[in-house]
Amino acid sequence: MAKFLDTTVDELIENFEFLGDWEERFAYLIELGKKLPPLDESEMVEDNRVHGCQAAVWLKMLPTSDSTFDIHADSDAFIVKGLIAILLMIYNGKTAEQILADDGTATFAKLGLDRHLSPTRRNGLHSMVSRIKALAAASVAQPT
Amino acid sequence: MNPPAEITNLAKRDESVDWTALRDDFPILRETVNSHPLVYLDNAASSQKPQQVIDAVRRYYEHDNANVHRGIHELSNRATEAYEGARQRVADYLNAGSREEIIFTRGTTEGLNLVANTWALDNLRQGDTILLTEMEHHSNLVPWQILANRIGAKLDFIEITGDDGQLDLQWLDEQLARARLLSLTHISNTMGTVNPVAEICARARAAGVVTVVDAAQSAGHAPVDVQAIDCDFLAFSGHKTCGPTGIGVLYGRRELLEAMPPYQGGGEMILKVEYRDSTFNVAPHKFEAGTPNVAGAVGLHAALDYLDAIGREAIFEHDQRLAKRACDRLAEIDGIRIFGLAEGRSGVVSFVLPDAHALDLATMADQKGVALRAGHHCNQPLLAKLGVAATARASFYFYNTEAEVDRFIEVLLSVRKMFV
Repeated sequence: MAKFLDTTVDELIENFEFLGDWEERFAYLIELGKKLPPLDESEMVEDNRVHGCQAAVWLKMLPTSDSTFDIHADSDAFIVKGLIAILLMIYNGKTAEQILADDGTATFAKLGLDRHLSPTRRNGLHSMVSRIKALAAASVAQPT
Repeated sequence: MNPPAEITNLAKRDESVDWTALRDDFPILRETVNSHPLVYLDNAASSQKPQQVIDAVRRYYEHDNANVHRGIHELSNRATEAYEGARQRVADYLNAGSREEIIFTRGTTEGLNLVANTWALDNLRQGDTILLTEMEHHSNLVPWQILANRIGAKLDFIEITGDDGQLDLQWLDEQLARARLLSLTHISNTMGTVNPVAEICARARAAGVVTVVDAAQSAGHAPVDVQAIDCDFLAFSGHKTCGPTGIGVLYGRRELLEAMPPYQGGGEMILKVEYRDSTFNVAPHKFEAGTPNVAGAVGLHAALDYLDAIGREAIFEHDQRLAKRACDRLAEIDGIRIFGLAEGRSGVVSFVLPDAHALDLATMADQKGVALRAGHHCNQPLLAKLGVAATARASFYFYNTEAEVDRFIEVLLSVRKMFV
């Protein structure tokens, strides 16, 4: 997995606090987005599409041998890619139970995203979280 | 004096207007956004309101508010006079034959839905064709889709020629020969194209096709004369014309309105009601069920006075000059696609940069106080046809300045560097 995932949620929150204003924080999100490993064109299909975002978003989750998930997601917009990177920091490598227990709200609040993202962007972020949780829930319901 | 039918041939007249001084009438333009002076370039979505409109609405609530029509007391009389006075003002603004041809609505969308659910539902049959264009806003597309699905009618589209955003009229007479109703936009809300609606409506009339004009983007920006255009219906919104939200206008040709069934049922729209049947009021009241948006109509009246005091020819000329300044600067950017670059375009400018998503550009521009729009602009089929997921859009109005155009370009160029 790409190097940026070495950043933990706590380090991310620290970085956000260090940055002076939202212009710099958005710039940081864009840089995170640029480091997000792209999805293959063949994975950008309707089945993987997350609706409810203004930008196009595709997301898939692969179960690993230790009952956790590898999340792969992409967007055509860099700020959305940056938000995806944050979601990967929260949810990647977690078990279904861990994913279902965390709706991300606490992290978004610490980052200030709950107040500084536009309402349409917040809806998009919640759509992505809902998709991640739905895929995790589906895997629990269907024992492999 | 009647304004010209088409709005592309205006004489230059705006030298006499002090455009910068007009900004003082708009309190909101003094706002700062993210510590920067606001540069508001989302006028195609909604315009700002001058103090005169804000005052008119407040004065109405402070002094004249009551329910309209049939009141026996003083305030009801004042409210009725204010409301019907606004109707007369709109009739004059559009050069309609009479105020009975003016229906107050919530906005353009409701006006178009009203036509679809009254005249069209009553007159169109299974197999009939509704002719639209490929550049219609969803509000002039979806109501017709719903109607067509309900009655088994077909939709046909006048195509666009490409990025220049012109209508391809070479098959128009053949398309009109197959159609019963034509509904088209005066100005494209995405590409800024000004369509030759008078010419198109004349050809439709010759073919016996009823015409509807979506004037949402034109009514506040240019002369719009329903007799010169010679359309059957025309709709616009108050909030895009310096007026309040929640008020709009549908013009309808009198003989059509009289023959049409009512839209919604309720108070105001009836003459006599019995338990099992009712007799309906005459136009326009039979289309205005329930207590209307009186304060909105009063605010719209003030807005139309304000626009006419400046002069709509001059406003259009000013919009065009700012759009040209923006387009000339944008065209210097390598790989940019600018839509609707044709002669006589309006003040709406949409573009796509090769390396930055429109949503990212608009988000970062907002950090610097510049309000742009990004997305599909309620034009999803058009954007699919153009092969883009989203465009960034700057749309100008008379209170925007050359300095704001320059600031927009400066911000765009600096923001763009983040994505390259």
